[in-house]
Amino acid sequence: MSRIGRLWTVRAAGGLAGLLAGGLLAATVWAQQLVADLSSHLIAINTGFTGTEVVLFGTTDGAGDVAIVVTGPRTPVTVRRKERIAGIWINAHSARFEQVPGYYMVATNRPLDQFVGRPVLERHQIGLPNLQLGPREQLAPEQLALFRSALIRNKQRAGLYGISLGQVSFLGERLFRTNIYFPANVPTGLYNVEALLIRDGEVVSAQTTPLVVSKVGFSAEIYDFARNQPMFYGMAAVIGAIAAGWLAGAIFRRM
Amino acid sequence: MQVYLPIAEMSVNALLVLGMGGLVGFLSGMFGVGGGFLMTPLLIFIGVPPAVAVGTQANQLVAASVSGVLAHWRRGNVDVKLGVVMLMGGMVGTVAGVWIFSMLQRIGQIDIAITLSYVFFLGTIGTMMMVEASRALIRRRAPTAKRGKLHRHMWLHGLPLKMRFQRSKLYISALLPAGIGAIGGMLVAIMGIGGGFMLVPAMIYLLNMPTGLVAGTSLFQIIFTTAMATLLQAATNQTVDVMLALLLLIGGVVGAQFGTKAGGKLRGEQARLLLASLVVAVALKLAFDLVVEPNDVFTISTRLP
Repeated sequence: MSRIGRLWTVRAAGGLAGLLAGGLLAATVWAQQLVADLSSHLIAINTGFTGTEVVLFGTTDGAGDVAIVVTGPRTPVTVRRKERIAGIWINAHSARFEQVPGYYMVATNRPLDQFVGRPVLERHQIGLPNLQLGPREQLAPEQLALFRSALIRNKQRAGLYGISLGQVSFLGERLFRTNIYFPANVPTGLYNVEALLIRDGEVVSAQTTPLVVSKVGFSAEIYDFARNQPMFYGMAAVIGAIAAGWLAGAIFRRM
Repeated sequence: MQVYLPIAEMSVNALLVLGMGGLVGFLSGMFGVGGGFLMTPLLIFIGVPPAVAVGTQANQLVAASVSGVLAHWRRGNVDVKLGVVMLMGGMVGTVAGVWIFSMLQRIGQIDIAITLSYVFFLGTIGTMMMVEASRALIRRRAPTAKRGKLHRHMWLHGLPLKMRFQRSKLYISALLPAGIGAIGGMLVAIMGIGGGFMLVPAMIYLLNMPTGLVAGTSLFQIIFTTAMATLLQAATNQTVDVMLALLLLIGGVVGAQFGTKAGGKLRGEQARLLLASLVVAVALKLAFDLVVEPNDVFTISTRLP
């Protein structure tokens, strides 16, 4: 599929998700108590991409706390643990998680425990301890917990997982905004940006906005070429290298 | 200036990568080696995934060996027949190497395999070179040293499938150059190096090839094994980043020109001793990293199996 075609599919899927979310919202009593949007719905990774910031802004119909949850596309991840074998550190044990978001960020206007209880956090997967990663049941629970926290630690080190409590700022009582940072190594795909309005410890309104992270321009063409036509990509790489080597040899022969 | 690498999926400083290419190119021009053994560890050091470093390095080496072989070709220093025989083995070695590579990647042991092969090969060859070069330096001071026999017979020369190589004035079993080529091909696939530092001594000491033909013929062979490795790495492991290869290439070509000029001022034994120290230093650094406890014993990988 061409890149434009893929983008269209992603957008169409996002639109569909939006429609569904809208339908659900309309069916409940707490429709439209919170409205939020992003400064951009497409993060374009081009050759000069070094990370970017997206502004999320919105309004509520009155007092309340806001939690923003950004979740990237979910993929399987293998976590490996090194052990010292014969004096050197070698990957020994591993655990697999099937549903790991490539990116996960939570922003709130004040510390979570001040306005919401555990059951709600778990239900909406707010906060790193409540993130569901879909582990394969093959290890003892305490072992699994070790691998789980290692996964999260590695993602945090890569700047892909984070919690910024107090990063949602209110302008007056109703207008709020926050900046969401996406580093250069952000994975591509369809993201979900969820804005939740919380009153008296309960979620009273929620809105989901899709966000697409996609490679564009030259780097997208290279990536698509390498993925879709690996054999031809390899040939092109070899021919390019032969030409470059020849050229270099010819140029420096004169010098 | 930051550049996004589409396959490595990371952003790097273009000047840093150009500088690395230039530095390694300088050293390879000075010592007449490919420099892959330095570049792969450097790439891993700046955060490029080891698999991408190895795959991209193979691509970059195609260009480096093409420009290198041109000079030898013009002087007629390439034994094409011997090169083609080596190549037969090289192809088999490369295919086997890429297969081993993707298998190791699947079971999560590719990083350790790359590092261990580096420590082993660099450590062995580096030490051997060091001993040889220091001996040569000592011999130079004591000019009465005896001259060795010109040709030695080993069991290796009793192998079947004898072939005549007119250009090199050799009559040896075709299995020998093919076997050396196969090991070279394996090195390209697993370590991302041309393998010149291993092929050259093997061709001199095992095949007894005329020294003048060795560099050109090994480079000739390396063009094809690296091309093959690039193709297979791209097709099976998708680890060739052409953007990264381009940056390394530009830096490498420029660096090599200056390196060649600087190398002309060095005496042969001194150059070899310096190179040997460099090789041993890289091996020691890698060995040290294997032994010392990592900051985090856990690592994650998102690549699909």
